[in-house]
Amino acid sequence: MATATEERLEEIWGEEPGPVSWFTTGDHKRIGKRYIVTALIFFFLGGVEAALMRWQLAQPGATHLTPEQYDELFSMHGTTMIFLFITPLFTGLANYLVPLMVGTRDMAFPRLNAFSYWIFLGAGLFLYAGFAVGAAPNGGWFAYPPMTGPVFNPGINMDIWSLGLIFLSISTTAGAINLIVTIMKLRAPGMSLARMPLYVWAMFVTAWMMVLAMPPLTYANVLLQLDRNLGTHFFDATAGGDSLLWQHLFWLFGHPDVYIIFLPAVGIISTVIPTFARRPIVGYPYVALATVLTGIIAFGVWVHHMFATGLPSLGLTFFAAASMIITIPSGVQIFAWLATIIRGRRPVFTTPFLFAIGFIVVFVIGGVTGVMFASVPFDQGVTDSYFIVAHFHYVLFGGAVFPMFAGLHYWFPKITGRMYSETLGKWSFWLIFIGFNATFFPMHIMGLMGMPRRIYTYSPDLGVGGLNLLSSIGAAVVFVGAVLVAINAIKSLVAGPKADANPWGAATLEWATTSPPQHYGFASIPVVQGRDPLWEQPELASNLTLTDGREILGTTVTDADPEEAIHMPEGSILPLLTALGFAGVFVSLLVGAEVAAIVAGVITLAFIGAWTWRIGGVPA
Amino acid sequence: MLAAILALTDAACSGPGTMTSASGPGAHRISMLAVGMFAIAAFVFLVVICFLAYGLFHRRQDADDEAPNLEDHGGTRMVLLGGIAFPIVVLIVLFVITLVALQAQANEDTGTHVFTINVIAHRWWWEFQYPTQGIDTANEVHIPTGEPVLMEVTSTDVIHSFWVPRLQRKVDAIPGRTNEVTVQADTDGTYLGECSEFCGLQHAHMRFNVVAESSDAFNAWVADQQKAAPEPPPGEALQGQQVFLGSSCVYCHSITGTNASGTVGPNLTHVASRTMLASGTIPNTPDELAAWIENPQAIKPGTQMPASGLTPTQLRQLVAYLETLS
Repeated sequence: MATATEERLEEIWGEEPGPVSWFTTGDHKRIGKRYIVTALIFFFLGGVEAALMRWQLAQPGATHLTPEQYDELFSMHGTTMIFLFITPLFTGLANYLVPLMVGTRDMAFPRLNAFSYWIFLGAGLFLYAGFAVGAAPNGGWFAYPPMTGPVFNPGINMDIWSLGLIFLSISTTAGAINLIVTIMKLRAPGMSLARMPLYVWAMFVTAWMMVLAMPPLTYANVLLQLDRNLGTHFFDATAGGDSLLWQHLFWLFGHPDVYIIFLPAVGIISTVIPTFARRPIVGYPYVALATVLTGIIAFGVWVHHMFATGLPSLGLTFFAAASMIITIPSGVQIFAWLATIIRGRRPVFTTPFLFAIGFIVVFVIGGVTGVMFASVPFDQGVTDSYFIVAHFHYVLFGGAVFPMFAGLHYWFPKITGRMYSETLGKWSFWLIFIGFNATFFPMHIMGLMGMPRRIYTYSPDLGVGGLNLLSSIGAAVVFVGAVLVAINAIKSLVAGPKADANPWGAATLEWATTSPPQHYGFASIPVVQGRDPLWEQPELASNLTLTDGREILGTTVTDADPEEAIHMPEGSILPLLTALGFAGVFVSLLVGAEVAAIVAGVITLAFIGAWTWRIGGVPA
Repeated sequence: MLAAILALTDAACSGPGTMTSASGPGAHRISMLAVGMFAIAAFVFLVVICFLAYGLFHRRQDADDEAPNLEDHGGTRMVLLGGIAFPIVVLIVLFVITLVALQAQANEDTGTHVFTINVIAHRWWWEFQYPTQGIDTANEVHIPTGEPVLMEVTSTDVIHSFWVPRLQRKVDAIPGRTNEVTVQADTDGTYLGECSEFCGLQHAHMRFNVVAESSDAFNAWVADQQKAAPEPPPGEALQGQQVFLGSSCVYCHSITGTNASGTVGPNLTHVASRTMLASGTIPNTPDELAAWIENPQAIKPGTQMPASGLTPTQLRQLVAYLETLS
């Protein structure tokens, strides 16, 4: 029963089904889904790597894996989970959700969006090509030189890693800029900054952090490439360089990155909890402010990863204080969630809500052990032991993967148009929650008992065999729980009951669209009058239909007053071609074919030129 | 739940690397910080769980009302008290105990020490030089009990980290830099040390022992270590010395009193006096020693030491010789 407006919009925004649009689409929903599915495949690969490591460590002195294999597995496990799973997954989710949540029809730059995905896919394949050629990265996910330099690691393992990350940073940065512009300029009329959903706030801060945190990493990797392949000595103490330079640059990226992973997760929690507590979040301005403050302070705590490197005491004291202060914004958020639950109606115990509650429990454990590291002498005791491994899995698995599961279940009906099975969902929650704690809680004790991290085997005399076995059994339980999530998803996709537009009775704008949304998203651009539009305004429809062409509405940055109709480009093959061009550059650099790299670079520039060509202000 | 970490660690799981079984001032400080912070952490965790449980399960008047509650605008005070005031109080306590511990640590490192030991990390073993006493040994460092010794830690290749869980904090061994740490043991004993920064293939097998002993025993050990290796008795041991000096062993290893003066691998002048081989990988017995020399890669894949290629006879002779180096 499509209205005339809807038919007209479908005509403008619809895409030809079939293989051509696979390669040309700029639809944020399709790209978002691709990001999510690709990232989940990498999640599975990272999980298999973890499972193999737990197999090796289940008993002391096991020889299932060689030291080299073990090193490659933990290096790729960390690299995969950080760079190829959680960040792209949250980017994908934001790709799907942010335009809907702010009430627009697409991301600001659809072609750049397509490009970001292709680069992500290319960089992921590039990094995994190491396994195919028998030279997977083996220097750990923080790749400290000189161990990763040309003298001590002459193979191409670490070239794959550092070039792969430079390659990937193009995607991360482009994707982040796209999110920033979308959030700043495309919000529905009336959605002032003070009414922006907290998930959008979280992604806004995250995107800024991505833009600001990637350069130190890329810079460090460029220096490493120069050291490795052009004979410079930035990190080589024997020739006047300094290996600590790498650590400063890496953690100047690396600690903000923890919050790049964590903030989208708290954005999800701040969305899921009010929905199931049936009330607006308590302390909205404080939560939004806490998100921003976290993003700022996160750039001032990197040295707490380097407390054992022998830096001067005064500096350590400063970073200890900063590392303690950053817990305050997290405290604000936790108590805002608690207050929301307490002052809400009787909570609805759905799978997403269970994952959100599970998140609070495990994240508080990870948080309290985290603040202990700010206490310098304690940190110098436990750093680089399994205590650290326990801690960061509580904050990363607990703090990001639990919210991810909450979010994936929560938005499953919106994205797929089907309901998932609550029974299977609850089973998977309890398996993952119990398995997670069985896996990682014992690691605190292993660390205190002197088990260093990143060892491929351990001696029985250390007395940690039983704990390791428990941990390995826990990992198997987590694995089963995660597989159950996948089974639930596939089963529901095929045979789940059809989902309503707003099955949870939630407040944010994405639920105003059909499930799944049409190509054009909103038939009329909603005009927002509060923070919880679907709760406050039963009738959202406006006369802003924008049916003259492929148009979206641009609004002002702070107040979201309408400014102009913005013409949006059609899909194009150029993003894919440009990404392939970049792939050519990086593959050539990897194999040391400088001429080929230059040729590929020129071709890439030509594609970018064609892409940015305008005829009468409209993309060619 | 968090207090369980400490309780379990202390009670059921005390091992050679258990930090909380502290036996030196450095580790005591860490252990006390740990106890204090675990107590605080357990309290914070309990507070949050209580609020959470109350929020989830308390009885509500409007139990059946599914419509969102848009009337209530309160709760901000709880966010400010719980999220800002409460952490600030906790953090001030934490910061003060941290500063006190950090100051004690700095005082210890800048205070007086009985002597200095240079700790040089290699892939994958530890060299200990006693400049005052003129000793160069490997993987087993002796110190007098109850006396502060200054360890100056560095590396010749990649970054390692020097850690004796029951005695002191970690300090990284970084090429081109020297980091200092005071090591002191309260009681006689052998303390496990480990490399705790990933340093490549055999990071797992880069352990050492700290032997703390009475000053008499320590002085006797020093006197022994200062001696050059004795001439081996005629027979297998003497033949073994010729095997050693005539093979590639000398490119990497030193034995004082002979022409062997390689510096790539551990100094073997007193190798038989050590309890472990290959940086804590295997016990130092004649059989294990023979297996190690014959094919080190089988025991510690990736180690810098190549297989010797000796005949069984040569191997037996070599082991006989090395066993005289006590």
